[in-house]
Amino acid sequence: MEGKRFIRNRKNLLLSIGGGVLITLLIVFIVTPIISLLFRTTPEQFLASLSNPVVWNAVVLSLITASTATIIIIGVGTPVAWINARHRYPGRELVDTLIDLPLVLPPTVAGLALLMAFGRMGLIGGFFYGFGISIAFTTLAVVIAQIFVSLPFYIRQARSSFEELDTMYENAARSLGSTPLPTFFTVIMPLVKYGLISGAIMSFARALGEFGATIMFAGNYQGRTQTMPLAIYTTMQGDLDLSITLSIILIIISFIVIALVKFKLKGHA
Amino acid sequence: MLEVAIHRRLRDFTLEAEFCVRKGETFVLIGENGAGKSSLLFLLSGLLCPESGHISLGERVIYDSGNGIDVRIEERDIGFVFQNYAIFPHLTVFENVAFGLRRRKVSPAEIRSRVEENLALLALESLSSVRGDQLSGGERQRTALARALVIAPALLLLDEPVSALDAVAQDRMRSELHTYVRKTNIPCIAVTHSFRDALSLGDRIGVMERGKIVHNGTPEEVMGSGNEFLHQFFFGCRQEPCQP
Repeated sequence: MEGKRFIRNRKNLLLSIGGGVLITLLIVFIVTPIISLLFRTTPEQFLASLSNPVVWNAVVLSLITASTATIIIIGVGTPVAWINARHRYPGRELVDTLIDLPLVLPPTVAGLALLMAFGRMGLIGGFFYGFGISIAFTTLAVVIAQIFVSLPFYIRQARSSFEELDTMYENAARSLGSTPLPTFFTVIMPLVKYGLISGAIMSFARALGEFGATIMFAGNYQGRTQTMPLAIYTTMQGDLDLSITLSIILIIISFIVIALVKFKLKGHA
Repeated sequence: MLEVAIHRRLRDFTLEAEFCVRKGETFVLIGENGAGKSSLLFLLSGLLCPESGHISLGERVIYDSGNGIDVRIEERDIGFVFQNYAIFPHLTVFENVAFGLRRRKVSPAEIRSRVEENLALLALESLSSVRGDQLSGGERQRTALARALVIAPALLLLDEPVSALDAVAQDRMRSELHTYVRKTNIPCIAVTHSFRDALSLGDRIGVMERGKIVHNGTPEEVMGSGNEFLHQFFFGCRQEPCQP
């Protein structure tokens, strides 16, 4: 009896030690690169780099394009997520799979595909070019690339939020005289808003970090298509300090975004 | 008077129901789980669509497959108390009760007076500003009832109306419901699993088996019908002598 308990205790101890070591290794693996980045610069260097037009051009462009992409994603993605969560129609599974496709598509492939579609010779781009409108290699192309890669993050989250919501609330609202659209805005949206917000934040974070599709489809022009990740890549080849400053700004923004999701929304899950 | 004759295929069987409920009368539906009781309420409210048949409320036809009439749920004026109450968790008790009136574009002054009147009727005045997700089971039930009644419905549907209450509160709620239905003089249909509900609420009782109402009568008539399910329902054992 005593011996069995001893063995079991020793097993538990070994498991605890093993788990602790794994978690420590993982944290070291994630945190070390970020800390190394911070140690490579001084506050003076950091502040000096901030005034460089390459840096603030990239920061402003990134924030504007990622915000625009997120707003469009919310506008288009919310009804689509709702329809796929609540309504059956032929091909719904196919639509779901296609929406998830950008998640598994390498971003450079996505960028090339977008160029084939929206470029001057492309299926859609050719049509617009007929009216003298170019899409590829413009700020609009940056937004399109960001929407393409980050749309699934929002739609997946929104759809699961809608699916988790009990239909009894809609039924009650309808039986009380509320037509579908007011029901959606007065009952459904308030009940799923934290799920939608967290999906939107994840989409925003993905859009902010977008690199591959942007450089293929929108190019790398400072002030026009050079977002933060592109500016980091470009400056790294000449001025490492600038590159590090930009990286730190991107880390700070990403950290705020994740903190918002984790802490701000935690109490409402 | 509510007149119903509807038909719809459900997963395992076909629901076929034909009955009337007079004004001020409560028709209690009993039956085993999955007999189609809740589905029948959904069909009446418009949340489910019958395949054929006819539903009329007094002079007003709300469904008639022959003439292509199918009044939308939100225009049927039916008060529905759902099994889980479906109290909007993000709204206060006042706003939950006011919900149907706001959708009907009633003036704010009238909303206030009608909501307060119904809150008082169900002893909810002190909870007026409490959010839906903060309520106890009994409070949610009374809120659901106030919310269904405030719109002055032409028909009241109750799915397990007192199941979440303790024994004392159940008695009170049964007598309140009974009084209310008599007073407002509307037809009422209640689904229940409890024979106490059936006997104290029901002016008439309908027994459902696999989508059909197999008995329909006063509590005395139905109890005397010798049906196997009813015997179990009312006496808690099969018709063979109970084991001591």
